[in-house]
Amino acid sequence: MSRPGDAARGPQATRGPEAGRGAASRAAEAPATAHRWGAFGRIVRTTAFKLSLVYLVVFTAAALFLLVYIATSTTDLLSRQLEETIDAEIKGLAEQYKSGGLNRLVRAVDARSRAPGASLYLLTDFAGNRIAGNVADAPAGLLDAADGDAQPVPYQRLQSDVAEEPRAKTHEALVRIHILPGGFRLLVGRDLAEREQFRAILRQAFQVSVGVVILLALGTWVFVTRRVLKRIDAVSETTKRIVAGDLSGRIAVDGSGDEFDRLAISVNAMLDRIEQLMHGLKEVSDNIAHDLKTPLTRLRTRLEVALAGPPTLIAYREALEATVEDSEGLIRTFEALLRIARVEAGSTGVALAPLDAAAIAREVGELYEPVAEEEGATMTVDAPGSAPVMGDRNLIAQALANLVDNALKYGHRPDAPARVRLSVRRVAEAVEIAVADAGPGVPEADRERVLGRFVRLEQSRNAPGSGLGLSLVQAVASLHKGSLTLGDAGPGLVVTLTIPAAERGEG
Amino acid sequence: MSALSVFFRLAALLPLGVVEDDDMVAGMRILVIEDDREAAQYLARGLKEAGHVAEVAADGHAGALAVEGGGFDVVVVDRMLPGRDGLSIVEEMRGRDDATPVLILSALGQVDDRVVGLRAGGDDYLTKPYAFSELLARIEALARRRRPGDVETVYRVGDLELDRLSHAVTRAGKDVPLQPREFRLLEYLMKNAGQVVTRTMLLENVWDYHFDPQTNVIDVHISRLRSKLDKGFDKPLLHTVRGAGYMIRDGGRPT
Repeated sequence: MSRPGDAARGPQATRGPEAGRGAASRAAEAPATAHRWGAFGRIVRTTAFKLSLVYLVVFTAAALFLLVYIATSTTDLLSRQLEETIDAEIKGLAEQYKSGGLNRLVRAVDARSRAPGASLYLLTDFAGNRIAGNVADAPAGLLDAADGDAQPVPYQRLQSDVAEEPRAKTHEALVRIHILPGGFRLLVGRDLAEREQFRAILRQAFQVSVGVVILLALGTWVFVTRRVLKRIDAVSETTKRIVAGDLSGRIAVDGSGDEFDRLAISVNAMLDRIEQLMHGLKEVSDNIAHDLKTPLTRLRTRLEVALAGPPTLIAYREALEATVEDSEGLIRTFEALLRIARVEAGSTGVALAPLDAAAIAREVGELYEPVAEEEGATMTVDAPGSAPVMGDRNLIAQALANLVDNALKYGHRPDAPARVRLSVRRVAEAVEIAVADAGPGVPEADRERVLGRFVRLEQSRNAPGSGLGLSLVQAVASLHKGSLTLGDAGPGLVVTLTIPAAERGEG
Repeated sequence: MSALSVFFRLAALLPLGVVEDDDMVAGMRILVIEDDREAAQYLARGLKEAGHVAEVAADGHAGALAVEGGGFDVVVVDRMLPGRDGLSIVEEMRGRDDATPVLILSALGQVDDRVVGLRAGGDDYLTKPYAFSELLARIEALARRRRPGDVETVYRVGDLELDRLSHAVTRAGKDVPLQPREFRLLEYLMKNAGQVVTRTMLLENVWDYHFDPQTNVIDVHISRLRSKLDKGFDKPLLHTVRGAGYMIRDGGRPT
């Protein structure tokens, strides 16, 4: 198959095993049947087909083994029984001969020959002439092999003896020859029809069981295709949609709790995380656009105005100083945003280490205590003993600093100084770090919203701040697999950072 | 920066109390390895204004060569350079037992980047974008760190004495009672007596925090310390350097 451009498409053709196999099978067929084989190839390649095929082969082999085993062992048993019967008859007839001579033997043979379901008998003289019995003819040379093992031979019954059979028919029998004193030879045999019938039954059983297995394999195929692979196909359909750009797609969970449900749940969790990260990224760029462009515009306008105005040293200096101040603010906001984004992405790269949250709280309390005092606020730190957690010291300290800073800035009523309480306590498997104030609090409706970036509530518009403090605390909480909740301190706001406690004795 | 440069020239001329060789702060030879030409030029100009001699290397190879030449008091190296990684230059220096203080500049600001930089042999780490005053204060603190006087157990500035072993602080022979954190704050300031110490430097060295606490908590701690040190004395020792930070020194306000 040398289509023009094949060489150029080389890398494409070898992109994956599926593509490669598809190309190979198509290449082997004539172009007219290519599409038919393509469809067949697709079926052959499905997991359902492979599973059914394996099922078919394994069960057929098992049935075959079982039947062959039964057949051989039962044939052995039957043959042994036949031989024993023949031996017993020969022994009986030989005794008849011994006690009553030839006459008695001939009578006994005749009597037995006529009985229904009789064995085969043939009595000959030393020259091989038939004296009595129900066998028409024995193969030449058979009678010479005397007292050997029983052996299967073809024979014909005497027509007169078997009325139901219109003409002589060749049967197979197991026979044994016994030589009597006086050169008489006695042949006794049993027809093998029984054994053949049994074999036929087994053959039939085998055919039926293979048929059943094929039906079961088909059933498996249908079941696997319908019930199982359909769900896998649903997963790949969903992921295709997601790759195409629709991040909101989710895999259906049917609640059965089987492997497919578990797979769907974990894939959905992964998609949630990706969507959250993408959303965060978009939010950051939106925020940068909004909150950094404004001061940048201000900065540029000031410089342009200064350049356009009278060229005095004082005017220039003033403009420059204000610009340095503005750029400092910009850098701060920028750094804070970057830090939040990095913490949120969990990519600070900092290995969490055993720490004492209570000690960090005491340190932060000590850091802010003079600030509180200067503002006439009261700050109490209630963090006795130790509260071991796994964490990053700087991030937890910064989160606490932000919370205390917020409480000092916004946690007071117009007529009263702020009252801030920083507490750490162990609750079951977690450590709760809470910062409470006695301010106006945050209305329940706004509590979720204030955790977003740059969100500042109306009443605090005029106070300094970037609106990034709580976003960072939120990010720090999730990096530590903890949570951040805003509550009512009655009156005031209580912000609680909950971090899973580390094993006792650590930190 | 001109206010600063005037100050440093004055500082070099003035007799500075017990610590004798403070003049080393001015007139240092500083190597700047930085590939952003404009930034490097501004930096060099700022350093010259502050009374130092600055040499610029524009890429890793030139920087490594210049470092090998020796004779610098401080090396400022950008972490990401064309031709050669900044950290490898530092590692090479330390491999040669070259103990010249190194300040690493980086646009990477993760906490562990800092640790990596310091582990490679850097003495200090500053994230871009930085304030020039911050960089200058850190360079000068680094140069000071090399001096043998660093092992002294008693720091003296004017009539203020701090005993690092007994944790006793006296001014004009009178006890000054300090909280443990205030003691460490004063210790750091006195270790860098006669030099500007920025708020970030204090936060990093006294509290071991590497983040920006929105409010200027350091200012409040300083003013508390100041009231304990300078209250009732005519001559203030703890000075605020506008736009840069703080400085402890004997003598009046320079500007």
